[in-house]
Amino acid sequence: MFYGFSITDLTSIFVMQGFAGLILFSVYVLMALGLAIIFGQMGVINMAHGEFMILGAYMTYLTSQLFLTFVPVLFPVYFFVAMIIAFCASGALGMLVEWAMIRHLYKRPLDTLLATWGLSLILQQAYRSVFGAREVGVELPEWMMGSLQVTDGIEVQINGLFVMTLTLGITVAVGYVMYWSRWGRQVRAVMQNRVMAGAVGIDTEKVDRYTFALGCGIAGVAGSAFTMIGSTGPTAGQLYIVDTFLIVVFGGAQSLLGTILSAFSISQTDSTLEFFLSGSTAKVLTLLGVVFILMLRPQGLFVLKIRK
Amino acid sequence: MSSDPTHSELPDQLRRKLLLGLAAAPFVGLASGLTAGRAFADVPATSVVNTTGLAVTDTEVTVGILHSVTGTMAISETGSVEAEKLAISQINEAGGVLGRKIKFIQEDGASDWPTFAEKAKKLLVNDHCAAVMGCWTSASRKAVLPVFEQYNGMLYYPTFYEGLEQSKNVIYTGQEATQQIIAGLDWVNKTKGAKSFYLLGSDYIWPRTSNKIARKHIENHLTGCKVLGEEYFPLGHTQFNSVINKIKLAKPDVIYAIIVGGSNVAFYKQLKAAGIDLSKQTLLTISVTEDEIDGIGGENIAGAFACMKYFQSLDNPNNKGFVSAFKKMWGEKTVIGDVTQAAYLGPWLWKLTVEKAGSFDIDKIAAASPGVEFKGAPEGYVRIHENHHLWSKTRVGKALASGQYELVYETADLVEPNPFPKGYQ
Amino acid sequence: MDRLLFLKRSEAVGLLVLITLLVVVLPLSLDIFRLNLVGKYLTYSFVAIGLVLCWGFGGILSLGQGIFFGLGGYCMAMFLKLEASSVENTKIQSTPGIPDFMDWNQITSLPWFWVPFKSFPFTLAAIVIVPAVLCFILGTAMFRRRVGGVYFAIITQTVAAILTILIVGQQGFTGGINGITDLRTLHGWDIRTDHAKYILYFVNVAALIACLLFGYTVRHSKLGRILVAMRDKEDRVRFSGYSVAGFKTFIFCLAAVLAAIGGAMFTLQVGFMSPSFVGIVPSIEMVIYTAVGGRLSLLGAVYGTLLVNAAKTAFSESFPQLWLFGLGGLFIAVVLAFPNGLAGIYDSYVAPHIAGLFKRGRAPKPGSGVPQSTPAE
Repeated sequence: MFYGFSITDLTSIFVMQGFAGLILFSVYVLMALGLAIIFGQMGVINMAHGEFMILGAYMTYLTSQLFLTFVPVLFPVYFFVAMIIAFCASGALGMLVEWAMIRHLYKRPLDTLLATWGLSLILQQAYRSVFGAREVGVELPEWMMGSLQVTDGIEVQINGLFVMTLTLGITVAVGYVMYWSRWGRQVRAVMQNRVMAGAVGIDTEKVDRYTFALGCGIAGVAGSAFTMIGSTGPTAGQLYIVDTFLIVVFGGAQSLLGTILSAFSISQTDSTLEFFLSGSTAKVLTLLGVVFILMLRPQGLFVLKIRK
Repeated sequence: MSSDPTHSELPDQLRRKLLLGLAAAPFVGLASGLTAGRAFADVPATSVVNTTGLAVTDTEVTVGILHSVTGTMAISETGSVEAEKLAISQINEAGGVLGRKIKFIQEDGASDWPTFAEKAKKLLVNDHCAAVMGCWTSASRKAVLPVFEQYNGMLYYPTFYEGLEQSKNVIYTGQEATQQIIAGLDWVNKTKGAKSFYLLGSDYIWPRTSNKIARKHIENHLTGCKVLGEEYFPLGHTQFNSVINKIKLAKPDVIYAIIVGGSNVAFYKQLKAAGIDLSKQTLLTISVTEDEIDGIGGENIAGAFACMKYFQSLDNPNNKGFVSAFKKMWGEKTVIGDVTQAAYLGPWLWKLTVEKAGSFDIDKIAAASPGVEFKGAPEGYVRIHENHHLWSKTRVGKALASGQYELVYETADLVEPNPFPKGYQ
Repeated sequence: MDRLLFLKRSEAVGLLVLITLLVVVLPLSLDIFRLNLVGKYLTYSFVAIGLVLCWGFGGILSLGQGIFFGLGGYCMAMFLKLEASSVENTKIQSTPGIPDFMDWNQITSLPWFWVPFKSFPFTLAAIVIVPAVLCFILGTAMFRRRVGGVYFAIITQTVAAILTILIVGQQGFTGGINGITDLRTLHGWDIRTDHAKYILYFVNVAALIACLLFGYTVRHSKLGRILVAMRDKEDRVRFSGYSVAGFKTFIFCLAAVLAAIGGAMFTLQVGFMSPSFVGIVPSIEMVIYTAVGGRLSLLGAVYGTLLVNAAKTAFSESFPQLWLFGLGGLFIAVVLAFPNGLAGIYDSYVAPHIAGLFKRGRAPKPGSGVPQSTPAE
């Protein structure tokens, strides 16, 4: 398929294809980080993860409308405000859900799957009742659209850069919180041994609630960022759920580094295959590959060795 | 009478006729009294217009509305439900059908094909609906089709679709694939001088069949034109950067896109972000109506061309009335796409057919449908073909940042529907 | 007599009540349209019975039962479609004698894997064997490597996603997203008439009862006890010398075969099969039927399926905009308040009263009815 193209054409396509892979990588990491905390660290199978993301997206939509109506001058920077609001809204909802539902189910992880599935149905219908069944269009400020011309053939997408920066920032923040802060140590202590953690004086209920809220909040930010590249509708959250779980499981559920590496390998495979094959075939091959590797290495890429 | 008409019997016969006449007089009076009591003097008796046990009373007739109001397809089908309800209320204001008000029963297909079949059966078997306006996706239509054929119902199906189907029990008010595709390709070839095409689609039957027809037309009927690539993506796919790079490498004159649903939004946003300027790169789509632009955002798709039979911006008196009535009923912010308009045609065409047939019976409606004309259609004049599809014009519109289309081309004549096109299969 | 054949007395009574309900009460009180709906719901309860065995007793949660339901349904649909695509029925096609969707996709001869489905015995065998083989491959690979719990659930879910994309993408061979529609006759017998629907309903009920009895056999056999032991303390069973992987694979295959039978009955009664039964959403819904009925109760699985589906139909007929709230709320309530589902409610609230009525001086027997063990994790 490369026959008859000039060297410059090919180079620029390879550069751009690499960049496309990186964007996909960032998107995957952003999707999976929240779930890696909730599912990987806490063991809660949150099937409503996609709906928490869409809540963030709807918050972004509302913020953009507010800015357009009341302070059109500040519209160019509304996105940053929107992300904060999305984080708070999804986080608050997460806290509520943890209090009302999840905390009764820590001993029955598979039941969290069923309960959160019910939650996702309720949230979808709630979005439909509030925002209508149609998709909403989230308008972006002018500076976030389009691309930067690097050379003649190479263009870099601004929103791609934005997502990459955002992902980097959030990953570093989560890494810091989980592995270097005092609170992160408490979280890991609770997750590894709830009884012992309680015995040494950690308020396990509080830790649970805030960890869940943090995971949901990150999902909200992810949803907010995805308004740049995807659709915002009541059922859009379902599109992400399989990919997200697969990334977390493939990486080895308990390891954040594993999640990142798994997002990297899946995204690179996906985008390379998609370039050489058709979209559907690429998807099937990627999924098959992941299932195959998971069968050989059931605990994922990275295993946290703890005594049961 | 077996008796011979002999001379002696004449007075007898006369007397009998007189007696009969006298006996019938009270009934005549009663009948005329009944008719006078009704709002419309010329309402035919129910027993005459409904011989097959449909839900028709002296004052009401029941129809079904069967669309998804929940699930992934609710996004698209909401507009159709709104249009059908508008048409029904307008028909009722104008006096109903054969003097009977239309009452509707709405069922939710829940974006799930078996549910569609289940609900269709309910509407026909339980509720005896005289007609059903409904379905959106091909899959839902395929699921209900055997039900409509078995229980002899009448379906008015609004969506543009892939063709390859024709049924006594369905009126297709949207365009079939050749109507929608060929005129658009000819236009882009002639006015834009397009020679090379890149075909994209969501991975299911409508985009695949449509692209097949497009490819045949490009390769066999347009001189010197070729297809550079053809690709499909799973429904709900949201990552298009790789294929956008491929398109950049192939440099086609025209991107021909039949992507549907949430994928649409992702595709156009990423196309724009990748620096493909739709005012320089020609993009022709047959799947993006004004409804979809709402979700995509006008600024992301401005400059693209869409080929279908109706745009909200059409400048004719019918359409002006339709748009303002629609907005009055459903809010200023609603937009109207091709399928919404086609859904609006359903109840009207049914009313006209019933009046032409003088009956609600399904067989009579099916037989009377060909040739039924609707001069008040927002898209202009339409007529039902022998094959139960519509004769309609095909139009090309250019997407504006406001979310509307600007009409740039329309066929001079009505295009004949041809669901089984020779040479395109 | 505390035991009737291999059933406990309470189980035998429960089964008789169910049979009376399905064979006498429902057919007499419902018209054929509603009865056909009940028949459709009952096909899901095959899956739910399988899940009780595999998840409730075996502790293996599969989120991919839709795969097997779909495979069974597709096998049956392929046979019926071939019968419906006789040369005279399809003479307007460019290649008569092949299914219509193949003709639309320029396929000019019947693909090799469709050919054997012209034979009815082969089809019946395939309904059982195809899912069992797939299950065996999946199960052996995973259980030998001790993949369990959540990982197993996610992998089965992914397989369901892969299969859906494949079926939708290969529309020339599978009918794509539309599925295989317009099925008419079985050996010349029109399956669309009301008369046929009655017969199919009773065949379905008979098959269901047979599966239930089979389920009880498994439950009360040594195999059933090993399963429960494995669920509760897998390591001890393994250290006692049992092949845990073997037993798990077996019960997983069994559940899959039950699901496939359900799928085949579904195709017969509803008249088509589509990829929308193969995906993730239907698979999770089937797990939910089981949870609502009570994951430890075989009878509960049937009632749970009937209840959820009847609620779904009733809600969506009367409040199309609101039914998801009701459904979602039901799931949450079941999980939070009644982890043992309908069967749990029956055991704690209804059964003591009934026992009180019939006691007449007999000493209460501990451990009757559904085992009161904690749910699987």
